[in-house]
Amino acid sequence: MAGQEGKIDPMHQFLIEPIFPGGFEIAGQTINFTNSALWMLLTLGALWIFMLGGMKREIIPGRWQVMVESFSNFITNMLTSNVGENGRKYIPYVFSLFMFILFANILGMLPIGVLGLHPFTVTSHIAITGILAVVSFSIVLIVGFWKHGLHFFSLFVPQGTPLVMIPFIAPIEFISFMVRPFSLGLRLFVAMTAGHVLLKVLGGFVINSTNAGAGYGLLVGLPSLTLMVGISALELLVAVIQAYVFALLTSLYINDAENLH
Amino acid sequence: MDAEAAKLIGAGLAAIGAGMAAIGVGNVFGSFLESALRNPAAADGQQGRLFIGFAAAELLGLLAFVVAMILIFVA
Repeated sequence: MAGQEGKIDPMHQFLIEPIFPGGFEIAGQTINFTNSALWMLLTLGALWIFMLGGMKREIIPGRWQVMVESFSNFITNMLTSNVGENGRKYIPYVFSLFMFILFANILGMLPIGVLGLHPFTVTSHIAITGILAVVSFSIVLIVGFWKHGLHFFSLFVPQGTPLVMIPFIAPIEFISFMVRPFSLGLRLFVAMTAGHVLLKVLGGFVINSTNAGAGYGLLVGLPSLTLMVGISALELLVAVIQAYVFALLTSLYINDAENLH
Repeated sequence: MDAEAAKLIGAGLAAIGAGMAAIGVGNVFGSFLESALRNPAAADGQQGRLFIGFAAAELLGLLAFVVAMILIFVA
């Protein structure tokens, strides 16, 4: 299906390739420094620079400090309004989660393709988003069982459920609870993948129609290019919204563990 | 029917799910805007719920996309 002659393969951008040849083997698996690892490191570097520039703790904050502080205030507000005062101890985790996803999403959108480099969206792989979701879910489980013990299982029986309904409600609640890590990881991964595939498909339209002649280029290529500009803006919005949704849902799940409705 | 053709038809049918999710997401934001204009003072406090509803509606559209991708590339 993919990669036929003369076709632009929209899935090629998600290929994980080693940057340096070689690598070493552990238990039959070759461990390599891949482009995914490179872009995670770049995300980390960008995040580091961003945070260091804004953590000078000046009395009168400069522009950079205001930027960083507004992000941390945003996360603080989200946690205090969803979890309450108890939620303050999760600020470091949710903040790093939010910032990492946000930076990874936006770095993957960088138009450095014009320089011949290939941006790679770290969050377009379920291996990465799945791990983030599993970490969030484990925090919920650990905190829930730590704080409430076996009483945590009362999460599956909403307050005021009639006794007759418990056998029906509890399995449904259980399934909806267990599905959380999947839906959390899947949402981010698919949203990023879908957007990037769409952009590459439109890019393929532009290239192929222009190659077919100036008439086709004007008829198909130009509208596609205009659409691409609009969709790129939409993708930036999606990048921010998905990071926000991930952090928001994590804080809601933490609320379940912390306060047990 | 050829299995390859059936896969592609299935992937195309999965696009219906994406369209349905578009209705859902539009409904979420439309209803929010409608009520936010009635009571703008209360709108800011409901933004979290807005995005929870958005995330829930969007997820099903994304699942339709996953089904299409699995049919085309994996199955």
